[in-house]
Amino acid sequence: MGGRATPELMNELIAWITEPAHWTGSDGIPIRLIEHLQLSGASVLVALLIAVPLGAYVGHTGRLTLFAVTIANIGRAMPTLALLVIFLPFILRAGLGLGFWPTFLPLVLLGIPPILVNTYVGIAEVDTDVQESARGVGMSEMQILRRVELPLAVPAISAGIRTASVQVIATATLGALVASGGLGRYVIDGIALQDNARLIVGAVLIALFALGVDRILGIVETRLAPPGAVAGQLSQGAAPSNP
Amino acid sequence: MREGEPLIEWDWIVRNGDLIIGRLVQHIGLTLIAVGVGLAISFALALLVYRRRSLYPPLTGIAATLYTIPSIALFAVLTPITGFGSILTAEIALVGYTLLILLRNIVSGLDGVPADVREAASAMGYSRWQQLWRVELPIALPLIIAGVRVATVTTVGLVTVAAVIGQGGLGQLILSGLRSFFATPTYVGAFLSLALAFAFDFALIKLQRLLTPWAAGRLRNS
Repeated sequence: MGGRATPELMNELIAWITEPAHWTGSDGIPIRLIEHLQLSGASVLVALLIAVPLGAYVGHTGRLTLFAVTIANIGRAMPTLALLVIFLPFILRAGLGLGFWPTFLPLVLLGIPPILVNTYVGIAEVDTDVQESARGVGMSEMQILRRVELPLAVPAISAGIRTASVQVIATATLGALVASGGLGRYVIDGIALQDNARLIVGAVLIALFALGVDRILGIVETRLAPPGAVAGQLSQGAAPSNP
Repeated sequence: MREGEPLIEWDWIVRNGDLIIGRLVQHIGLTLIAVGVGLAISFALALLVYRRRSLYPPLTGIAATLYTIPSIALFAVLTPITGFGSILTAEIALVGYTLLILLRNIVSGLDGVPADVREAASAMGYSRWQQLWRVELPIALPLIIAGVRVATVTTVGLVTVAAVIGQGGLGQLILSGLRSFFATPTYVGAFLSLALAFAFDFALIKLQRLLTPWAAGRLRNS
C-alpha cells in the first residue's frame, strides 16, 4: 500500500463506486449506512436517557459535582480504541457475542460525558435571580427544574448531544474491529485486503456522514433555543476541567 | 478472553517489559511531535489573524471541519498517499486535530488582553511586535496553556487509533490484544494511555504555574 500515481487511484475509485454490486446486499453502501445510523442513533439515545436526568440532578442540587467533573475528565482522556476493547472480555463472558453489543455498550459510555457535563453546566449556570423568582411565584423544585432550568439549558444540552453524536459516529467506525457492521467495515476490510478504493470510499463516506450530522444538529440547536437563551454558547470545548 | 483465562497475566507484563516501554516511548514521541508542530502552525496562524482579523472565521471554519472528520477516516484517506505505517500518515492527521483548539485559545488569549494594558504599553514606547512578545503573550499564556492541555490529552487518545494504520504506540498493544484474543496487552495499553494523558495534563498544570506565577488563583484552569 505505498504511494501510487493519483490518476490510477482515481480510476480505481470510480470503478469501485460505479460497480452495482457495491450498492446492493448486506455489504452494500445503503445497508452499511443504515447500520451505522442505527448503531450511533441507539447509542446516543440511551446515553441521553442516562446523562440528562443525572446532569439535571447534579446541576439543580449542586450535589455530586465532583463525580460529574471526574466522569468528564476520564471521558475526555479515555482513548476510544481502549474503551471499545476494555469491555470485550466481559461481554464475551456474558455470552453476548461479537458484533452489536461490544460496540453499542462502549458507544453509550462514550456518549454520556459530553451530554452530562453540558446538562450540568447549562442548568448550574441559570441565573440565581431567575431561580429565586420561580421560587417566589410558588413553583416547586421539580417545577423549577422542568419549566425554567431545563428549557434555559436546552442550547447547552443540544450542544452536548451534537458533540456526543459526532464522537459516537467516529467511534462506531472502529466497531468493525469487533465484527460490527456499519461504514467502518469498508475501512477495516480495505486495510486488511489492501484494497485502497474500498478504504477511501469508506473513509470519505464516514467523513461526509459525520460532517452532515454535525451540520444538521447545528441547525436543530439554533432552532430549539428558547428566546432569551443563546444557542451554541457551549459548543465544543466548553467542558469545565479540573476544579 | 479465552475460557478460564485470568483477565491479566502478570508474567506476560514482566516478560514483555521492553516491548511495553518501547510502545510507551513511541506514544510519547508521536504526541509531542503532533502538539509541537500543531502549536507552531497555530501560532503562525494566530499571528496572521492578529494582522488581519477577517481571516479568523474562515480559518476556524476549516479547522472545525477537520476536527469533525473521524480520525480513522482521515488516517485511512492518507494511507494510500503517504503509505501504510508511516509516521507522516499518522502525524498529518494528528497535527490537524490540534489546530482548532490551539488556534482558538491563542486568539482568545490575545483578545483577552485589557485595552488599557495595550495603551499603557504603547504609551511606554513599545513597538507593535514588542507589545505582542513582552506584554500580550505573557498575559495570554494561561489560556494558551489551557489549550495545549486539551490538545495534548486529546492527542494521546487519538494516537491509539493510529494503530489501525500501523502506527499508534500503545494503541498497537491494544490492537494486538484484540487480534489475538488475549486481554493482557489490551489492558496494559489502555491503562498506560490513560495514565499518560493524566501525566501530561498534570505536567502542563505545573508548567503553567511555573511560567505564570502571577495568575495563581486568579485563572483557575479555564
